[in-house]
Amino acid sequence: MKTIVIGVIGADVHAVGNKIIEFTLTNAGYHVVNIGVLSSQEDFINAAIETDADLILVSSLYGHGEIDCRGMREKCIEAGIADICLYVGGNIVVGKQDFSEVQRTFLDMGFDRVYPPGTPIDNALQDIREDLGE
Amino acid sequence: MANYLLIDFGSTFTKLCAVNTEAEDIIETASYFTTVDTDIRTGYHEALNRLFQKIGKQIDFEQVIACSSAAGGLKMAAIGLVEELTVEAAKRVCLGAGAKVDLVLSHHINKTEVQKIVNHKIDIILLAGGADGGNAECVIYNARLLGEMGIKIPIIFAGNKSAQDDISEIFNKYQMDGYICDNVMPKVNVMNIDAARDMIRKIFLDKIIEAKGIKAIENEIDAVILPTPNAVLEAAKLLSEGYLDEEGLGDIVVLDIGGATTDMYSMCSVSKRSDVIIHGLEEPFAKRTVEGDLGMRYSAPGIIKSLSQQEIEFINKEKKVDIKEEVEKRYNDVKCLPQNEHDEFIDLFLAEVCAYRAMHRHVGRIEEVYTPMGKVYNQTGKDLTDIKYVIGTGGAIINTKDKESILKRTTNILHNPSELRPTDPIFLVDQKYIMAAMGLLKEKNPLLALRIMKKYIVEI
Repeated sequence: MKTIVIGVIGADVHAVGNKIIEFTLTNAGYHVVNIGVLSSQEDFINAAIETDADLILVSSLYGHGEIDCRGMREKCIEAGIADICLYVGGNIVVGKQDFSEVQRTFLDMGFDRVYPPGTPIDNALQDIREDLGE
Repeated sequence: MANYLLIDFGSTFTKLCAVNTEAEDIIETASYFTTVDTDIRTGYHEALNRLFQKIGKQIDFEQVIACSSAAGGLKMAAIGLVEELTVEAAKRVCLGAGAKVDLVLSHHINKTEVQKIVNHKIDIILLAGGADGGNAECVIYNARLLGEMGIKIPIIFAGNKSAQDDISEIFNKYQMDGYICDNVMPKVNVMNIDAARDMIRKIFLDKIIEAKGIKAIENEIDAVILPTPNAVLEAAKLLSEGYLDEEGLGDIVVLDIGGATTDMYSMCSVSKRSDVIIHGLEEPFAKRTVEGDLGMRYSAPGIIKSLSQQEIEFINKEKKVDIKEEVEKRYNDVKCLPQNEHDEFIDLFLAEVCAYRAMHRHVGRIEEVYTPMGKVYNQTGKDLTDIKYVIGTGGAIINTKDKESILKRTTNILHNPSELRPTDPIFLVDQKYIMAAMGLLKEKNPLLALRIMKKYIVEI
């Protein structure tokens, strides 16, 4: 069974979407490790190491996603999980910025998939199946 | 009439406590130096003679049981994967079982670290790593390296269950003294203490006490059943929770300042508040932390190390002493007792520092986080603000005049809002030094142990 670490990054306490993601991914047959809200990059990475996770799915709903996610891929490389899949989604930047630019920024930061506001988790599920091969 | 004799073979003193089960009271207590270096029985006999002298006659005992921290206590190495997760979980299990954790290792260990295990004369290794179904590669690598390096001391594997079969094979292949038990962290941030703790206790009884020359005493007594800190933890838990109709004291903290270590125990849930978000590894109700660098004699130099040069000079000026010299004196003569007011004054100061620093490391933290949803509180570790009682035990506290001044150092005297220290506790003292003995008695008669503690652990 593939393992996915999920959680909400930074000083962000939006817990509802986090629960929906947990529910959907578990139903889809994944082993979900939910580290909850107010999680740091290190919390995600530590959980991924201990559980031998295949994917880290970062949620950010309060607009500070860019600051909170910066350097995360580099930390994964340092921690020995360089090849892990990194997804990010939610309201990851402040205001109505052009999403293609936002996407570019996060892809440059080493994220594999970047989702715009309002994406249902079911859409991401397709990508997960494709990336994890299940 | 049934009499029990409860013995604590400590690192310095062998302490005896005779209990009458019908009168539900302590008959007498006595102590003598521990003589484990030569023959542990010598010190025991001397202590027993003193006990009989105090009582005025020889009496028979129906049960004689002991706990021990003699010959360096139970020295363990905790190995895990990630520091904040399985390494911390393994460390906590060792501490909860009454061990001293002399080595803490993480990720893939190397040959130098394995050599350290040999050099530190570790008694038992606790090998963890990986949540169940998670990373297995690292812990298998570590087990194999320990095997290849010819490590024959007992190793408990308490990591990822998916690695169990491979680990068993490695244990067999290298003829290691290996034991398999449940994972200390089956899921991320979830602790499973019991299985590994019971295994540590079992190995302690089966192997370690013999290796340390403590077994010799078993011809004369019924059994050595616990490491001493584990007995104290059991006593504290009983005193907090109560037994049947006999009420306990509720949430408590126990502080034990010794010559070599400062032990802190807290009996309470992680938080009573509903407005905090709790982070990190799950906290046990009965938590023990040990500071191996804070103590009154062997570890007194650790106190100096924890101070900056500026702090040392400030203390010297303020207290009109040379604190470095005083500490040196105590380290070189670990059996010295205070001879005059000056010595007492220094000992009091050292005990205060131990109390303050030990609580600093034991207690949980809280921080305010401003989010677009408003202010939220993020907590790591245990919230001790509502603790009802802080109990002092150990010679350094029991034998000093100003007990309250030491115990007060566990509270928030510096008004640091981020540390969740006890706010306004009542201070109690284990006046007869019986907590370890009552932890032993709990194994036979918990109700009696509780009643005796409630009688003799008194307000200052």
